[in-house]
Amino acid sequence: MEHFIQQLVNGITLGSVYILMGIGLTLVFGILHIPNFAHGALYMLGGYVTLMMMTSVGVHYLIALVVSIFVVGFIAVLMERAVFHPLRKAPPIHDKIAAIGMMLFFEAFVLLVWGTEYQRMPTPYGNSIKIDAITITAQRILIIAVSIIVVALLYWFLKKTMIGASIIAMAQNREGAYLVGINANMVAMMTFFISGALAAIAAGLASPINLVFPAMGHLVIMKAFIIVIIGGMGSIPGAIFGGFLLGITESLGATYISSDYKDLIAFFLLVVIMTWKPTGLFAKGAH
Amino acid sequence: MNKIMDKRIGIAVLVILSIIFPLLFDNKYIIHVMSLAFIYIIAIYGMNLLAGFTGYLSLAHAGFFAIGAYSLGVFTTKYEMTFWVSFVAAIVFTTVVGAIIGLIALRTKEHFFAIYTLIVGYLIYLLIDKWDVMTGGVRGLIGIPVPTAIGPIEFKSGLSMYYLILFFLLLSTLLITRIVHSLTGRTFIAIRNSEELAQTIGINTMTNKLVSFIISIFFAALAGALYASFVRFLGPDIANLPMVFDFLMYLIVGGLGTLSGPIVGTLLIVWLSQFLQGLQEYRMLLFGPILTLIVIFYPAGIVGAYRTIKMKLKHKKDLDNNNPVDKKVSNTNHEQSQIKEG
Repeated sequence: MEHFIQQLVNGITLGSVYILMGIGLTLVFGILHIPNFAHGALYMLGGYVTLMMMTSVGVHYLIALVVSIFVVGFIAVLMERAVFHPLRKAPPIHDKIAAIGMMLFFEAFVLLVWGTEYQRMPTPYGNSIKIDAITITAQRILIIAVSIIVVALLYWFLKKTMIGASIIAMAQNREGAYLVGINANMVAMMTFFISGALAAIAAGLASPINLVFPAMGHLVIMKAFIIVIIGGMGSIPGAIFGGFLLGITESLGATYISSDYKDLIAFFLLVVIMTWKPTGLFAKGAH
Repeated sequence: MNKIMDKRIGIAVLVILSIIFPLLFDNKYIIHVMSLAFIYIIAIYGMNLLAGFTGYLSLAHAGFFAIGAYSLGVFTTKYEMTFWVSFVAAIVFTTVVGAIIGLIALRTKEHFFAIYTLIVGYLIYLLIDKWDVMTGGVRGLIGIPVPTAIGPIEFKSGLSMYYLILFFLLLSTLLITRIVHSLTGRTFIAIRNSEELAQTIGINTMTNKLVSFIISIFFAALAGALYASFVRFLGPDIANLPMVFDFLMYLIVGGLGTLSGPIVGTLLIVWLSQFLQGLQEYRMLLFGPILTLIVIFYPAGIVGAYRTIKMKLKHKKDLDNNNPVDKKVSNTNHEQSQIKEG
């Protein structure tokens, strides 16, 4: 039983990271209709910026995290301005290819600057805490806590502020949003900033328990896509549900089925769901 | 009429050039790279039919390429079947797997299709990587035999493999050209331009999409099988993400939805990568932005850009001459080339 709960907690930790990634992806898709294949690259950049702030500049982990939020958020805004904005009227195949192009560029860039080595990110929260028979590292608790806070803040931002309301308005009805004078450029940049910031937070939090390396975004982006599809593209509650479902399934699957095949379980889950419902479980309308 | 003649002569020159190429460059390395590029072109043709003409971007293409290669490898090394039987069996097997996946994947549209196939492609990579007993896992699969002789022709040297691959490339090019210019090909283009409209005029879009998907997989499988018999060593990396992106780059740089695009793009990038050998790992630093810029400014790649420039020049010339008869001719030409572009 303890073993089961231990794995459940691990699954929730994993799920929290996926949720942060998934929400960023789902926001950009729901509002701008762009499946951002370069989102994994933002995650990877987040990992590297945090790590470099800590090792080269020598600031505290949390400060490095904040810096990386702004750096990656800014890169995401730049991405929108330079690439997705000019492509907004192009056929849907083009922005996918452009995103892939950017992803390749960022990966090669990181490879050139920091090399292929896997790097460990030190964390001040490495000590473990014992609750009954379960041991959790403080880092895992931090991941879960920060994710909950960030999601709650985002929710508050979208529901209670004017900028948030205009983002929601654009997601619901683009033409209507233009008619009431919402600045589409501002909303697009804001959305990309949030999505980049969330990816940076996810990377900064997850790197101490994983590692930092150029291809670190690959698996995460795939899984983020999976949870976003499970939850229905564009739905935040869907992404939260999908994240926990995937994290827990993966964690339990690794223990009770086979750790070699844990990644396959996630992909298999998606193939089954897509086969059964091609638009995802919680899709609203046609996107 | 004149234009058609020009084109025919151009194609004939290209074919002859590719046949005498080994005589011009009597260098094993150059012939090796060229053969490899030819194999990729066959795969890219398949990808182009689906993405460029039908409008469905499949990111599982390298996965199917790998299935084709691995099934040939497994049939010949594990089951010890004769080469040509395995060759056909590998293609048939991959195409059947592709048909089943296509049946499911094609229920999704646009973005979802790309994401679904990306994930299927990654699933194929993971399967190859983890299924040690069958595929050799990370260690790879070695000892794939060279093609057995057909009559007096043997395939032991690099040169004979070059001609074998060239034969399949010419066959593929011919097939794809026939398909694109047939009614089926036109139907694919109609689906790409507007699926709803195609449905309205009575096209069974699902069947046509599936046909396009299966043909696309067939070429990937053929290329994969050729790759296995040419390189004779397989590692799981041929199914991994960088391979898909390489394929995508060859296609986009050359020209999505054009017939000569795959050839232009693949040869250009393959040779450019050879010259930039020192950059091998970092070549994406250069190619990534190129890919992005081309999609923004020249969505139909080099071939498309060439056409646009040619058309503009022609139009300008006609305007300068201000000759109504010429203008009419150029208009029909214009329309024709637009149809060709799709």
